[in-house]
Amino acid sequence: MAGLIKSEQTNPVLSWIDSRLPIFTMMETEYRRFPTPKNFNYFWNFGALATVALAIMILTGIFLAMDYQPNEGMAFDSVQRIMRDVNYGWLVRYVHMNGASMFFIATYIHIFRGLYYGSYKYPRELLWMLGVVLLILMIATAFLGYVLPWGQMSYWAATVITNLFSAIPLVGGSIVQWLWGGFAVGNPTLNRFYSLHYLLPFLILGVVVLHVAALHITGSNNPLGIDVKSPQDTVPFHPYYTVKDSVGLCVFLIVFAILVFFAPNYLGHPDNYIPANPLSTPPEIVPEWYFLPFYAILRSVPDKLGGVSLLFGALIVLFFVPWLDTSPVRSARFRPIYRQLMMVLVIDVILLGVVGSHRPEGIWITIGRLATAYYFVHFLFLLPILGKIEHPLPLPESISRPVVPLGGGPLPGPAPAKPMEQP
Amino acid sequence: MMDEVVVASGFPRADHAPEEAVGKRDFLKLVTGATAIVGLGAIIWPLVDMMNPSEDVLALSSTEVDLKPIAEGMGITVVWRGKPVFVRRRTAAEIKQAVDTPLSALSDPQPDSVRVKPGHAEWIIVVGICTHLGCVPLGNKPTDPRGEWGGWFCPCHGSQYDTAGRVRHGPAPLNLYIPPYQYMSDTRITIGAGHQEGCGISGCREAVAGNG
Repeated sequence: MAGLIKSEQTNPVLSWIDSRLPIFTMMETEYRRFPTPKNFNYFWNFGALATVALAIMILTGIFLAMDYQPNEGMAFDSVQRIMRDVNYGWLVRYVHMNGASMFFIATYIHIFRGLYYGSYKYPRELLWMLGVVLLILMIATAFLGYVLPWGQMSYWAATVITNLFSAIPLVGGSIVQWLWGGFAVGNPTLNRFYSLHYLLPFLILGVVVLHVAALHITGSNNPLGIDVKSPQDTVPFHPYYTVKDSVGLCVFLIVFAILVFFAPNYLGHPDNYIPANPLSTPPEIVPEWYFLPFYAILRSVPDKLGGVSLLFGALIVLFFVPWLDTSPVRSARFRPIYRQLMMVLVIDVILLGVVGSHRPEGIWITIGRLATAYYFVHFLFLLPILGKIEHPLPLPESISRPVVPLGGGPLPGPAPAKPMEQP
Repeated sequence: MMDEVVVASGFPRADHAPEEAVGKRDFLKLVTGATAIVGLGAIIWPLVDMMNPSEDVLALSSTEVDLKPIAEGMGITVVWRGKPVFVRRRTAAEIKQAVDTPLSALSDPQPDSVRVKPGHAEWIIVVGICTHLGCVPLGNKPTDPRGEWGGWFCPCHGSQYDTAGRVRHGPAPLNLYIPPYQYMSDTRITIGAGHQEGCGISGCREAVAGNG
């Protein structure tokens, strides 16, 4: 028959659909049988958690959009109406607000996993770069969304961040006016931010599809960082990782629920419950927690263009990590020095976050500059050099046979082959 | 090494304890599935309910109408909850016509007495939305056609209502809805009296008598 897929579906209706558009075959191949390394730890759960977070954000966002008014004079009040008058509006709003934080938590841990276990290395370089694109899209989306409630922080964050572009020589001022649609952040700005905030998540969704597709070409990395050598090293995705991911999902949702129901405004700033006042800047402008490290990097340089360049540079440098890291060994488990440097990086980023939450004065300026310096030194100098001089630990033979006797010596005899799980 | 049987489902089963192993697995699957469905419901309901009218919409808007300026045989249109409401003062002939109509002649039988308040038979107050597909019938302005029964005439598909707002002809299935209202005095009414729920497409159908 012309071009029809040979479907394995037994049900005649499903088979009819599947032979014309193989969605069931695809689900079977990619999410049921897909051979997945059997040694995943819970760090491998976070990609799925991020996807769930995206779905939650889109769903709650669409329903909020039914009642939100993107007009200067009505935006703040429309959010209060959602909170007070719309059935379950308070719940959907708090889920959306804290969902953003959960989305970033999951993503940052997901990125840590990538850096620690060398998931960015050959052949997953493109997968990694798509991930960096996702991070940038997420940052943009979160920024646009934060402006919408039109509180004091919303308005002044919009002013500060759009003003960054005035650092561009010659055309900076015109660009900022073009972004604003006026001479200051105002109604045109709010309207277009709403439109873009609705759009970007669907771009994120599209790039997530590319990200997962790229992953399914190369297959997943694993905590040992060594390639899958035989089907013995894998298990079918379902039921092993569908169930394991469900456990992780439950923990994720518990944390989410604690935030939403017991501390919904803990991660937020009280000043955003004050309606925007273009004539009065709050004493401290602070972004949400997930932007604090970038904020600290921005403020670490006294020069405007310098600060902006470093801010974007901090993200751009991530694109090049697959080539900056010269080590042939993937996983930090077998890289004793890199492992320690990764811990330093984590502490550094957290420290940058703390710096970002303080006013740039006194000791915080020094700490901020040192921490910013380390961030770039780590990626631009330490990674390339380390690959050349580090002595990695001996890699295991395979995922199935990870145990190498101390001090070398003969490996244990081969175990009798067991029948594997039917894919 | 015990023999393992790989079943079509792909899960190896230990031969020595098939019933227990399978029973426990079935139980776990059942409980997981049930929890997932309950969870899904708990997620879907708030989102669905969020689309229902919110508190500020449900919170009653009441419209006060001063009846003094309305002459006999004349009517006005007021807005109540975003809908037109016809307030018409009937002549004695119109009242008689409405009262004398046999119920068998009505496709939606209602005696005139339930469509007005006791002691105020000259005032007919109906939601001005045709019960067919929602157009606003003509008949309140002096220049409007009122149809054969002297009430209202809907230009969209030709439904006609009598002086009690009851449908007499055309595709409309029901009489014009009576909104909840009360007489504050003989010349003043308030339309809308209390939190309304469960109203239909063009209003809340309820017996007016006994609402006072």
